[in-house]
Amino acid sequence: MSKAKLMDYDKALELFEPVLGFEVHVELSTQTKMFSSAPNNFGAEPNTNITPVCLGLPGSLPVVNEQAVRYSISLGLALDCDIAPSSSFARKNYFYPDLAKNYQISQFDEPIAVNGTVEVELPNGRVFHVDIERAHMEEDAGKLTHVGGSTGRIQGAEYSLVDYNRAGVPLVEIVTRMIEGAEHDAPELAKAYVATIRDIVLALGISDAKMERGNLRCDANVSLRPRGSNKLGTRTETKNVNSLRSIERAVRYEIQRQAQILADGGTIVQETRHWHEDTGATSAGRPKSDADDYRYFPEPDLLPVVPSPELIAELKAALPEKPVERRRRLKAEWGFTDLEFQDIDNSGLLTEVAATVAAGASPQAARKWWTGEVARLANAAEVDATSLVTPEQVAELAGLVDEGTLTDRLARQVLESVIAGEGSPKEVVDKQGLAVVSDDGALIEAIDKALSAQPDVLEKIREGKVQAAGAVIGAVMQAMQGKADAARVRELILERASAQ
Amino acid sequence: MSDISEESVRHLAGLARIALTDAEVTALTAELSQIVDVVAQVTSAVDADTPATSHPIPLTNVYREDVVTDDVLTPEQALASAPEHDGSRFKVSAILGEEQ
Repeated sequence: MSKAKLMDYDKALELFEPVLGFEVHVELSTQTKMFSSAPNNFGAEPNTNITPVCLGLPGSLPVVNEQAVRYSISLGLALDCDIAPSSSFARKNYFYPDLAKNYQISQFDEPIAVNGTVEVELPNGRVFHVDIERAHMEEDAGKLTHVGGSTGRIQGAEYSLVDYNRAGVPLVEIVTRMIEGAEHDAPELAKAYVATIRDIVLALGISDAKMERGNLRCDANVSLRPRGSNKLGTRTETKNVNSLRSIERAVRYEIQRQAQILADGGTIVQETRHWHEDTGATSAGRPKSDADDYRYFPEPDLLPVVPSPELIAELKAALPEKPVERRRRLKAEWGFTDLEFQDIDNSGLLTEVAATVAAGASPQAARKWWTGEVARLANAAEVDATSLVTPEQVAELAGLVDEGTLTDRLARQVLESVIAGEGSPKEVVDKQGLAVVSDDGALIEAIDKALSAQPDVLEKIREGKVQAAGAVIGAVMQAMQGKADAARVRELILERASAQ
Repeated sequence: MSDISEESVRHLAGLARIALTDAEVTALTAELSQIVDVVAQVTSAVDADTPATSHPIPLTNVYREDVVTDDVLTPEQALASAPEHDGSRFKVSAILGEEQ
């Protein structure tokens, strides 16, 4: 894969206006699949969550999962969509072994939800309204592993192995209308939009929304329009973007790549492109062609979904607070500066921070732990921060620091043990005897010992060189294996100096 | 007359991965045209306001509870009709193309 030439981002924006569009797929966290009673759970052994329906075996018939319909309506309502009085399923026909039936059951001309809008707030405070064209129900496809070849990718593979566990998992696909006017903020808007969808489905409790597991997937459409022109450019659709950070990077990359091609007099090929996290680049996939002729037709095995006004009213009444309103409320309640709140935004851990505050931690402590040490450890281990600790554990840890049982340094040590599975913070403190020594007697004993090794320190302090205390504090901390409160040790040393 | 052309028959055959000889294309073009013409007679009996029927019986909202039932297959059962497998997954020939 040769590296594409990229135009400087600011220059690209000078010459072109980026136009965006997103298709976000949300896997619903129902107990069973969309059209069959097979379990819907991640990480099971291959081909163990399978019924005859999942394999399209002759004679098997799909039946709609009522919970999936309720979840889809809730999501449609949360996106401010109109819920269709009657919606129906359709077959999308294509040949690819990720679905055994040779078609995917989706919705075509009668989606469950249409004409919505989502308010998205960017980290810089700019508020954007993203219009939703439709949200429709469909089934996910199975997972292919390409074997052979050097890269594990499809090109050069000798054969592929198929696991149908994911085939039939309920999905809602959310399609935006064309988004204009994002300008320089286009990459940030892309990230903030997907983060907002994630917040919505988490608040509704209808999806695990873990991007690294594919619960939430985003295809980003990007095209460029030359300044002063009304004509839309040719768009590309970037797939395989599975983190919030990647979405921002992928959109920025496509803007720079397309700008360079257009500036060089080239043309953009309408195609699917694949994002590569490792190289930070997209590569060409399938060109849009015959393969997109899916010959949709009404699914004869399923009946229309006609939600009653009572059901819609019931689900509407149960909607959670909107993400933008929640952000504003929490920011005000917590008294955070823009910068502090941006920290949380960038980490994508608002839900966790809020849960930690709800569990008793101060907002500042909750923010500090999640965006600081927990995020750092998660980065180092290349895992999701939420998979390391629970908000309750973080709140307990923060509480131990607040009451003086732990210093920050000890608390970080405790955190690592908690992550290693050694128990709750309190259990770790008890087990490892990590609590701060708050007994002044023990501290004074250690101070005396340190002073006898450095007898001139007290004199220096009395002469005004207070920083001389540092050496003694260091010696005391070392002697007590870090289990002393440095501020208290300093106080005691200064008391000793002024007493003589 | 319908507008089924030889070109559209070839296009459909390509999408359906069916190899057709020229003679078959000619024959199918005529046959498909007839079929479409017959089906199209329905349009003379309805006006534009008549909603399309998606099912012969006027039923809606036929749902199932979100509960796992006992028709879940064992991997052995699931793989029983696979021409090839690796013990846990279906084995298919490498297909050049992209995931949908």
